[in-house]
Amino acid sequence: MASKDFFHSVRLDEEKCKGCINCIKRCPTGAIRVRRGKAYIISERCIDCGECIRICPNHAKYAERYSFNEILDYKYRVALPAPTLYGQFNNLDNVNYVLTALLRLGFDDVFEVSAGAELVSDATRLYLERSDIVRPVISSACPAIVRLIRVRFPNLIPNVLDLNAPMEEAARLARARAQKKTGLAPENIGVFFLTPCTAKISAIKQPICNEKSAVSGVFGIKDIYPVLLAQMEKLTRDEVEKLADSGFAGVRWASSGGESAALKDDRYLAADGIENVIQVLEELENEKLNDLDFIELNACSGGCVGGPLTVENPYVAKARLQRLRKYLPESCNRLAGAEIPREMRWETPLEPVDILKLDKDIRRAMEKMQRLNEIEKLLPGLDCGTCGAPSCRDLAEDIVRGKGAIEDCVFFTRDTADGSGCIPIPAPFRKSGEAKEKGDSRD
Amino acid sequence: MSLIELHYDVPGDDFSRAGEASGNVKAQLKKLGFDPALIRNVVIALYEGEINMVIHANGGTIDVSIDPDCIRMVLADHGPGIADVELAMQAGYSTAPDNVRALGFGAGMGLPNIKKYTDDMRIDTKLGEGTTMYLRVDVK
Repeated sequence: MASKDFFHSVRLDEEKCKGCINCIKRCPTGAIRVRRGKAYIISERCIDCGECIRICPNHAKYAERYSFNEILDYKYRVALPAPTLYGQFNNLDNVNYVLTALLRLGFDDVFEVSAGAELVSDATRLYLERSDIVRPVISSACPAIVRLIRVRFPNLIPNVLDLNAPMEEAARLARARAQKKTGLAPENIGVFFLTPCTAKISAIKQPICNEKSAVSGVFGIKDIYPVLLAQMEKLTRDEVEKLADSGFAGVRWASSGGESAALKDDRYLAADGIENVIQVLEELENEKLNDLDFIELNACSGGCVGGPLTVENPYVAKARLQRLRKYLPESCNRLAGAEIPREMRWETPLEPVDILKLDKDIRRAMEKMQRLNEIEKLLPGLDCGTCGAPSCRDLAEDIVRGKGAIEDCVFFTRDTADGSGCIPIPAPFRKSGEAKEKGDSRD
Repeated sequence: MSLIELHYDVPGDDFSRAGEASGNVKAQLKKLGFDPALIRNVVIALYEGEINMVIHANGGTIDVSIDPDCIRMVLADHGPGIADVELAMQAGYSTAPDNVRALGFGAGMGLPNIKKYTDDMRIDTKLGEGTTMYLRVDVK
């Protein structure tokens, strides 16, 4: 597969990486290995969830950052704030403070992602009315989940909702509004998403079910937070413009369960945190959740408010959004007709990415598995990670895939080397008929 | 002798661990590249069997042999045995106690489901001694 298929927003600062094992242990898809003392990402396995950024004690894993000057490349600039942004500020009772401050930062317009979310909710309701769909329907709003499904649960692809996420919908509408207002060509209109997470950066830079994203650029909430806060503090009450155009139905998408609540259907499940999500997908695969209509999954604990690029604790942010409820209308955006507009749907279907198989040929895969199981028995089972793989079994798998050596295991090397430091070849590595080495009398 | 043989001990009376064996088998079958439909059949049958061992038999053992053309499973326990296999095979029939039903198990679908998802199912059972179930799922 071409490398362009795997853009990643998660990067490694080699200077800062100490080669510790925190990230390899935390990665939900086993995508990181420490090699020559640095933590490298196996590109095709990474789903950009950002867990490694969160856990790295040395801040060596980071999200790709873009210069704020990028907005100057466009004649007309629109900011797309994720609803999570509203949860970052203390005592906020009017989202127009945030939106007006964004204009002061140099944007010409703002378009709330929560407005796009309300339309996606409407479209999802229409989708759920169809009789020809695979239930339960899995939300596609979290790009890390969509990527997780295509690498680890490819047989659940038919369940995934084929609608663009609220960010994409908001970007499309923001562009249409800007074009109508200014008459500018599309390339002169810059649409910038203020993101709580790394997965959205990848969804913009390399969408998987659309040719191109309608979003031109992206800034992490934590990066824009200080300058935005400074602008908000300068604003007086009568300077605040009335810009908000979404209700609580859209804003509550920021925390887990919000997307489901907007569907007005009780047969839903909302799970957040990547480990919980994986368990739910396992159960779904085993046909244990067939009595549900909808499954909302968020890779981050608490939902988007728990994103790795946020400032505030996810539960504090959620409480603040909850408080906004009384100042907001229920919902402000509805679809015009009873049909889902074609532009709201993916251009191309979600395709699986095959990272699991040991070999294309099943018989050869079985031979590899047999060797893998034998090699695993030679390893201490401590899952210490010192070899650079997350567990002994992962090292055994790396070895049969030709990506590792048993000598990488410090315990194996310590316990099997003879007086001169030579390590005898263990049985699973011998070619058939090859004589046992001297001194290897254990098997 | 199959290319891959897996063995699991299923503990009795611990619902939180029920599903470990079938989950592990699923992970291996995915790595081997078996068809998703076959994997689903194996895993559902195995999970039902595993749950049965936890509910009725205070645990047991599972042996799985994987070949390119079929998956064979042997589930053995030293539980009470099944008094009337034919009755137990009927959908909705269950001898599960109330505390187990309260957990959402014991709907009387275990054995019928296992039959539904396998190509061959044989039960050896003796009252007071235990039950051994032989299952096979063929690669289509």
